[in-house]
Order: sequence, then structure tokens, then C-alpha cells
Amino acid sequence: MNIAKSIGMNGIVRLLTRNWGRRTVIGIPYGFLILFFSVPFLVVLKISVSSTDELGIHFQDLISYADGIFQLKIKLSNYIFLTTDPLYIETYWSSVKFAAINTFICFLIGYPFAYFMARSPASMRPALLMMVSLPFWTSYLLRVYAWKGLLDDNGVINNILIWLHVIHDPIKMMHTGFSMTIGMVYTYVPFMILPVYATLVKMDLRLLEAAKDLGATPWKAFWLVTVPLSKNGIVAGSMLVFIPSLGEYVIPELLGGPSTLMIGRVLWDEFFSNNDWAMASAVAVSMVVLILVPLAIFNKYRADSGGVRGI
Amino acid sequence: MADSVANSTGRGDGSQFLKIDRLSKHFDEVAAVDNVSLDIKKGEIFALLGSSGCGKSTLLRMLAGFEMPSSGNMYLDGEDIAKMPPYERPINMMFQSYALFPHLTVWENVAFGLKRDRMPKDQIAERVEAMLGIVKLKPFAKRKPHQLSGGQQQRVALARCLAKRPKLLLLDEPLGALDRKLREETQFELVNIIKSVGVTCAMVTHDQEEAMIMADRIAVMQEGRFLQVGHPREIYETPSCLFVAGFIGDVNLFNGTVDVDEPDHVVIGSPECRHFVNHGITGTIDMQVSIALRPEKICLQKHEPTIEQRESPEEHGFNSARGTIDGIAYFGKFTLFHVRLDSGKIIKASRENAARHEETQLDRGQQVYAWWDGSDVVVLTS
Amino acid sequence: MDSRLGKTWLIAGYVFLYVPILTLIIFSFNASKMVTLWGGFSFKWYGVIAHDSEVVNGFFLSMKIALMTATASVVLGTLAAFAMVRYKSFFGRTVFFSHINAPLVVPEVITGLSLLLFFVMCERLFGMPGRGMFTIWAGHTSFGLSYAAVIIQSRLLELDKSLEEAAMDLGCRPFQVFYLVTLPMIAQSLMAAWLLTFTISLDDVVTTAFLSGPGSSTLPLVILSRARLGLDPTVNAIATITVAVVAVGVVAGSLWMSRQERRRAAEQSAAYREGMQAMGA
Repeated sequence: MNIAKSIGMNGIVRLLTRNWGRRTVIGIPYGFLILFFSVPFLVVLKISVSSTDELGIHFQDLISYADGIFQLKIKLSNYIFLTTDPLYIETYWSSVKFAAINTFICFLIGYPFAYFMARSPASMRPALLMMVSLPFWTSYLLRVYAWKGLLDDNGVINNILIWLHVIHDPIKMMHTGFSMTIGMVYTYVPFMILPVYATLVKMDLRLLEAAKDLGATPWKAFWLVTVPLSKNGIVAGSMLVFIPSLGEYVIPELLGGPSTLMIGRVLWDEFFSNNDWAMASAVAVSMVVLILVPLAIFNKYRADSGGVRGI
Repeated sequence: MADSVANSTGRGDGSQFLKIDRLSKHFDEVAAVDNVSLDIKKGEIFALLGSSGCGKSTLLRMLAGFEMPSSGNMYLDGEDIAKMPPYERPINMMFQSYALFPHLTVWENVAFGLKRDRMPKDQIAERVEAMLGIVKLKPFAKRKPHQLSGGQQQRVALARCLAKRPKLLLLDEPLGALDRKLREETQFELVNIIKSVGVTCAMVTHDQEEAMIMADRIAVMQEGRFLQVGHPREIYETPSCLFVAGFIGDVNLFNGTVDVDEPDHVVIGSPECRHFVNHGITGTIDMQVSIALRPEKICLQKHEPTIEQRESPEEHGFNSARGTIDGIAYFGKFTLFHVRLDSGKIIKASRENAARHEETQLDRGQQVYAWWDGSDVVVLTS
Repeated sequence: MDSRLGKTWLIAGYVFLYVPILTLIIFSFNASKMVTLWGGFSFKWYGVIAHDSEVVNGFFLSMKIALMTATASVVLGTLAAFAMVRYKSFFGRTVFFSHINAPLVVPEVITGLSLLLFFVMCERLFGMPGRGMFTIWAGHTSFGLSYAAVIIQSRLLELDKSLEEAAMDLGCRPFQVFYLVTLPMIAQSLMAAWLLTFTISLDDVVTTAFLSGPGSSTLPLVILSRARLGLDPTVNAIATITVAVVAVGVVAGSLWMSRQERRRAAEQSAAYREGMQAMGA
């Protein structure tokens, strides 16, 4: 017990060390994120409005000062192109469409699944949860590839159907909206199941008993009590599915085709195939704009549930 | 019982062992603790009593060091503790949830504070064994908290607090988590342990029974202020205001006006009856006052009270009212009667079932006379 | 709710989840090179990948990066979780908060591209770092941090605050409170966070693709390039091994956790009964 130290001296030392501890704890992760998340995004923003020099290799500075003239060069042509080119517009629309369909189907399949999991006997639940987790922990690249093997013209499904003499020629399933959607749903359904399950399993079942006691049929009790209470899980699951789906690259690449325009794939192609960094950057910025609203919803949900347990 | 305990702890010089001087704590605009001052004697068990939100827990936490006071001072054994962080104060707190470290055994939990003091290993072992002996948990030393029952966990928490021989022990709702039967046994056990160790203790509770049984002195708190500070008997028999009267135990309250105001007696008139109080009060004629009367002070009988039964002849005709028995609650130890007086007011009267009162058996609907002594009447002006 | 409907739905769901994985596994033992035409049982593809330097190198690189990512993510994630839970107000808290949560959902093409451009700019300005293990690690950690923070934050919120106060009351300075009391209590979630970020890093495709340089091809990148070309039995073999390892891990983890739960519940009820008896006696 440092009773010997005078109060003033002790206080100052403590004040400094207390703040020092706090600053480190907040500062280190904050600094890391700013360095590897915010700053990179600013770089993207800058490059998306930068003009290249005559050879098209190096980017010119946005701000330059020469011969007494202060110049700010912001090249908007990429953005203009993005917002006017019919193909791009269709791509945005298509991405939103497929992401929405994916979210919807994941909800249709995933919510009842999570519900039945949560309502099964408590002894079975760990096993059920484990069996959902296993695909979740397996690389999604491999799982998407598995569908390639199933849906290909020369794939398992076609081969079995031909072998059973159900069909003569293989059904074309690959590289269509159908194959991509299956791939998306397959990949993302655990992201819908897990948050919904987490919410449902914490629900107080006595609320349902109370509802029934007051005259509600099981069906009504489900709609009027269970569903509203699981709203948090639904929102979490939907955002965890919708937002990343918008920007998906791998699944459109492996399972999609020319008819499945997805903006994530377009960005990849602009960068790796066309080598058009500025364009790719502009696409990235436009994607961020696209997801701003859902992102805000997700943020708010996370902030609200900060006081409540669960993902 | 609490009375004799209170008298026996008038020991030591340390009349201001813990001195709280105009302490306040504000959260935004609200004063959770409002300019309170208090002196706690060395070796005393002091209770802060009040309902939730009255500020008692905030005050306790300021003593422990988990809240910084907005203004005021605290001195423990002469030292100013207000600026000390909790880990430097010679104060230990027993939390309501016990806060036992789940990953440590009972032994390690009790030794935890001693290790922080860099005590030599053999001394730690000695002290821990002694503590476990006091709380009678030696055979459980190797267990983890979740392997203990609620009562055992509490004793570990107590041992852990006392291990460091703190100058002040703080108890936060010590019996709140226990069920009724366990609570009764534990109350006396706790007091015995604390007294045998001789540590000064401040406890917080909302249970007035707990405070009355365990504490040497009680402070009744409301909205951050002390309403009354005193021995349990004082608080109970002579409450200083309506709130205190109603908060502790059962009480009957009558509203009345002062009719006669003499230095040695007062007469107060109320719709139910006329009250004769055998001491003077600070007040004037026609002043509005309240009368507080404890249920056990009321006698019920089938016939009117006679002059011989009265404390003094002057009281004949006062301090009595007629009514009918409206409800009977049998509590085993005593019986509580609800009596609807002729005026319409319902009062509570209780009676110990020390012997089977065959001759004074009272039933529902029975007409009775309720009467009491003038010395049992408390006059309150607020 | 009809429990038959429930059972059917669950079974159908699990079938949907597992059939593709099973086909992967089955056809990894296919003797024929035509992946989906059964030509007999064979282990040969496993032999092939064992000698495939691209696969083996990719595997080790992925492991190395994953180990570093997981560790860094847990450390940073713990700090971030503490900042969120313990410090109710500091400058830029909402911004901090959205920074922690955004990587959970923002599409990887965006974060991958931005990190790449950032590193290119750094290269131009400072001459370093070159694209390779470090840049991949930085990219993985930037979202690994978020996953770890979410898990640890969840556990921190559940923690009884009075435990930390009790520790201080008994003489612990703030840092001691952390490693003597808080850390043991969140240990399990730290482990879970480590495993999760390890797996995510191991499986990552898009960010890695943007951030890898010549000679730093991780296993998922190898798989991607092969998968884009068509069906490849070596990929099946890799997949089977992966699934086997994951399965062992998940099952072991689940069993261990449920055994802990059961033991704990048994101990608690034993203690309760003892307490009851003591009162009766």
C-alpha cells in the first residue's frame, strides 16, 4: 500500500498511466484499421478520379502547382461512364437482383431450419449446430467447386440421369443464373441460419405459452410472438448475406456465365484483365455507395445489440 | 437482542473511525448522494438502509473506490481515502453476487488478495487456513466456486474479504441472494464472525429486518440523504419522520390536530379517537400532526379498557377505539389482526402466541376494543 | 409446429448441405481422370498432390500466413473489443465502431483492391513493402481483427463486472486485473476467435489474389486457378483432406464443449444437493 506517497504526486502519476493504458488499448487497433482500411480506401478514391499521363502508366497528382497556377484535376469520366453506360447500369441492377434473390431464398430455407433446430430437444442441439458448422468451416471455394462437379454438362447429376435413362442429352445447368444462385444460396445459407438460431434459442418459451393461454393458435403465436422477437437475428442474417453477395466474385466466376452480370466480377476483370486501375477504383467506390444503406442498417443493428448478447 | 449487541460494542476510542464529510455524487443533474455526513465507530456494524435508488449503493461504492465523489471527503482512521484507487485502500468489499473467481479454487480465492500484497508463502498459507477455519470451510478448500452451494459461496466471499484484515469491511446486500431459511441462520453467523474478528463494517441493504438484526446503528436513506441515524431501537420506537416510521416494520398512522399542548402532555384529536401523549412536543395548538403506533403496542379485548389497566389514570378515555375484527393472519409466532374501527379506518394489531389464549380467543367479525399506552405513541410532524 | 415437418425440413437441409461435399469426397477416389465419370477406386490423386510442388508450397504458405493472421487478429481484436466494451466514450468512437464492423460484410473485391493500391503507393513512396507474405497477412488481419473483436466483445459483455471490481478491491492494479481475472475468463472465446480467423485466412481467395506477388501463391489461389480451367481431380483430393481435418476439429471441439457443460452442470447440482442436506441436518 503506497500510503507514503503524497496524494498529489500519486494522482498525477496515476492520471498519466491511466490515460496511457487507455490510449494504447484504443489506439493500436484503431491505428491498424486506419492504416489498412481507411487510408487504402482514400487511395482508391483518389485513383478513381486521377488522370494518367500521356503514356497511361503513371497517375498524375490531383493537386499541382506550376508556373504560378494552382491546379486541381479531378477526372470524372470514369464515374460518368459508370452511371451512363447501359451495360454498367444493368450490371448494378443485376447484382442487386441476384443478391436480393439470394437473401430471400436463404431466408426461406434458413429461417425454418434455424427454427426447427432451436425447437428440437436440448440434447440434440449441440449436434445439430455442429453439423451446420462443419460446412461453414470448410473452405467455400471448395464447396462452390463441388457444385461445378454436380451441375456441369459432364457432371454428376447429368451423368446419373443419363445412366438412369431419364434423359439422353445433358441438361445445361452450368453458367446460368440457376447455377450461380444455387452456389450463392449454398454458400450463404449458414450465415442466415446461425444468427437466427442464436436469437431463437434465447427466446423465452414461456412467452409462447402465455400467448397460447390467451387464445392464440400455434400458427398465430408463431407470427405474432416468435417472428417479431427474432427480428434481430433476421436483420443480422440478411445483412450478412446481402451485402457480401452484392460484391461476390468467386461464385459468378465459377458458376455464373455471360448472362449473370455481377459487379464484383466486373471489378476483377477491369483490374486483372483490362488493367484499368482507375476504372476498377471507380467501380469500387460505386459499390461502396451501393452498399451504404444496408451497411448503415448493419451498423445500427450491431450498435443496438451491443447491449445485448449474440452476434 | 439487537439492543444488547448495540450496547456491547461501545468500545474503543475510534468514534470517528470512518468519517464521511459532506459527501456528494452527481450523475448528470441528479444527486445520487446528497451532501451526507456520517461518523462510524471502530468495530461497529453500520447499516445503510433504503429502497432501491436511494443512493446507498452509490455511497458504498464510493467508500470502496469504484465511484469518485463529486465533492466531499472520506477519512478512514485519519487517512484521506477519497483520492486512493480501490487497490490501495485498506477496505474490502463483499459483493452481492459474491464475485468469486470461477477459475480459482476456494483456497486460491481466499489467498488472492494476500498474494497481491506479496506476503511470504508460509504466511499466506497460515492466514488462509485460519480464515477457512473461521468460516468453517476447510474441507472445501480445493473446490471451485461452481461446486459450492449459495451459502458456502458466501462464506468464501467473506473469508476472502477478511483475509487481508481490512480496516473497513463493506457488505453489499449480504443476504439478498439467499433463501429465507438460510438467511436467518446466516444473519447471526455473519454478525458473530464479524464481531469475533473485530472489523468495522458498513453494510447496505433494502431489507429492514436484516438491518435491524445485524446492525449496531442504522442510517435510513432516501433520495441520497439520511433521514435518520441511530440504534435499531431508536429507529423503530422513535422514528423521526413518516417515511422512516412506515419503512421499518408495520405501523399505524393517524392524522390529527393538536388540541391540548402542555409541557408534560399533549392531546391530539383524530377521527378515530383522542390520543393522550405523556410527554410534551415541539408544536402548537391546532397543528396538523401524524401519530405513529406499532401494531404490537395495541391490546385487543372484548370489553372496554378499565382504569386499572391503564398506565396512568389520566389516560382513561383516550388512546382507545372500538372496532370489528376484519381479518386475521396467523404467522405462527404471532398473530396479526386487521381491525376496522368504528370510524372506518383499518388498523393492525399484533399479538404474540406465547401461550394459548383460550379465554381471549378472537374471531372474525368479533367486536373488540383496541387500546394502548400513551408512552407508546410517537408524534410526527413530517 | 408439426414435428414431422420439422424433422423433414432439417433432414432435407442437411442433405442439401452435405451432398455436394460428399460427391467431392467420393470422386477424389476416382481412378479416372474424368472427374465425374466413375472409373474405379484409387488413391492415386493423393499421391499426385503430395508431389505437386505448387500444392505443397501453397499449403505451407497458407498455413504460415494463417498462423500469423490468427495470432495478430486475436491480439488486435481483444484490444478492440475492450475499447468497445469498457470505454464508453472517446474521440471518434462511432467511427471506430463502424470500422470494426464494416470488414464483416464489405465485399472483398473492394477491400482487396484498396489494399493493393495502398501498398503500390507505399512501394512508390518508400520502396516497400513488396507484395507477398506481409501484404497478404496485413489484408487478412484487417478483417480477421473484426471477426475476433465480435466474438470477444460478445463474451466480454457477458462477463460479470463485479469480478473485475473484486480483483481491484483485493489489490490488483488494472493490468493485473486483466491477466489474472479477465483473461482466464475469456480464454475460451480467444481460442474460438483464433480458430475462426485461422480458418478464414486459410480459405481466403479474393483479398489474397489482389495482394499476392510472384511466388506467393496460397493454396486457395492454386485451387482457384485450377477450378477456373475446369474439373480437376487433384482439387477433389485437396478438398477431401480439408474436409477430413475440419470434421475432426469441429467434432472434437463440440464433444469437448458439451462434456465441459455436462460436467459443470453435474457439479452444480451436486453442490446444491449438498447445501440442501446441510440445511436439513
